[in-house]
Amino acid sequence: MNIVSLMGAVELGLIFGLIALAVFLSFRVLDFPDLTIDGSFPLGAAVCATLIISGSSPLLATVIAFIAGGCAGLVTAFLHLRFKIMNLLASILTMIALYSINLRIMGRPNLALITEDTILTPFLGLDVKMYLLKPLVAGVIVLIVALIVARFLNSDYGLSMRATGANQKMARAQGIDTNRTTYVGMALSNALVGLAGALFAQMNGFADITIGTGTIVIGLAALIAGEALFSTRGMLLAVLACILGSVVYRLAIAFALKADVIGLQSSDLNLVTAVLVVIALVLPGAKNPLKNLIKRGK
Amino acid sequence: MIDVQDLRITFGKGTAIENKALQGVNLTVADGEFVTVIGSNGAGKSTLMNCLTGELIADSGSIVIGDQEVSRWNAAKRSSLVSRVFQDPLAGTCENLTIEENLALAHSRGINRGFGRAINRHKRELFRERLSRLRLGLESRLEDKMGLLSGGQRQAVSLIMATLQPTKTLLLDEHTAALDPRMQAFVLELTHELVEEEGMTTLMITHSMGQALQFGSRTVMLHEGQVVLDVSGEERSKMTIHDLVDMFASVRGEQLDSDSLLLG
Repeated sequence: MNIVSLMGAVELGLIFGLIALAVFLSFRVLDFPDLTIDGSFPLGAAVCATLIISGSSPLLATVIAFIAGGCAGLVTAFLHLRFKIMNLLASILTMIALYSINLRIMGRPNLALITEDTILTPFLGLDVKMYLLKPLVAGVIVLIVALIVARFLNSDYGLSMRATGANQKMARAQGIDTNRTTYVGMALSNALVGLAGALFAQMNGFADITIGTGTIVIGLAALIAGEALFSTRGMLLAVLACILGSVVYRLAIAFALKADVIGLQSSDLNLVTAVLVVIALVLPGAKNPLKNLIKRGK
Repeated sequence: MIDVQDLRITFGKGTAIENKALQGVNLTVADGEFVTVIGSNGAGKSTLMNCLTGELIADSGSIVIGDQEVSRWNAAKRSSLVSRVFQDPLAGTCENLTIEENLALAHSRGINRGFGRAINRHKRELFRERLSRLRLGLESRLEDKMGLLSGGQRQAVSLIMATLQPTKTLLLDEHTAALDPRMQAFVLELTHELVEEEGMTTLMITHSMGQALQFGSRTVMLHEGQVVLDVSGEERSKMTIHDLVDMFASVRGEQLDSDSLLLG
């Protein structure tokens, strides 16, 4: 494998680190199995790409993609909390609706950003090769976001959100408005996904309606990898483990696809991911965010 | 003060399993009074508790806590007035959070939760000091997960959590029922000490007739969603466990008689 594709894997891993972080927030912190992510990832990309093409600044477009993702999370939380629709189903409904919304936003199935200004443009003057610049910019953004999220989870408000997922009844008895913490948590989680979508579109030069498929499973795989490989004692380490897990996972996939002996094609990615997640789920004693889903299914 | 007037709640209204859990409960507890509550299974003890904490909203009737009419308030809002210890040691704490994080949650009860650090040196000092009175050595295990503690240890920590903020009212829902006898005695003694110190208005549900008479200054019996017995003062101090059991039986016996009258 050459350096270009290696750095490409790192860059993707960093961007999907945000997704792993979002999955950590919904599945782990809030105990809310959320599939909205499959819709809010292309939503972030669509909003960002459409805004850039219509002339707004890449930074503003990225911020608005972040907010748009947050709104998607609010819709799912609203369906669940207000109408008592089962959380998983509520998120699937939002995800399906977002497919149409994303097509409306873009006006067609894909948009090219190759010729447009992106968040990378200001750094092009620097004497850094493109394949290094992308993971560097992505890394700095993702690291800053991760540190903010970790600090947030260690705050009084963040702690009340963690209590909401861990023991709702106890949380309410301690004066926590569990509905509000769920809204905030779901908004934050999907806002991170919207941000990831915006970064993905700008780094890869396009937004496409299909990029969301399987996002949630990749996020889960990254989360599981992070928790298996790194200590997750304390919020800062847990958050960094999500990012590192995602990068490690992407590198492993890249190597697996490149190794001719195994004979995998890039189109096998989703199958490989699904199989990996299943293995992680059925391994005895393995910590995994889907554990509760299995219990509920019984 | 707790003042409950004509509190009513029915579960599964209009269905085959309709259950009139509370049928007009009247109960006034003065400031600083410690009342024990007994009653058989299904008498409405826990339902009353849940109505007081806001986990359930009653169909009709009024609840005044302190000087606030709270019957429409949700649980989170009422937590500034009421603290509670659950029967199940797992229910009152978060096992996946550390001991100090659990205490920090209770420390912010009734206070607006902001973005300051949940744990700081000042709070740690306070938690250490509060935990050290338990003499369980927990003050040196602040960063351990709550799930590592035994049921009794968790209930003891729950009590500390319940008294961390100066709430005036304490509700105990059979909080020693799941513990072994030694731990039970320890947690009850601690309850007694804390209630005395803080002068809290306390309602304690118990299944033990002995505890019902030994603790507090007044005993109330619930039966079929109503208060059927209310003893305090001299009458209560002369009572033996035996008397109470007899009264308990007679309340249930009368019910049988009236049933047999109806059927006969």
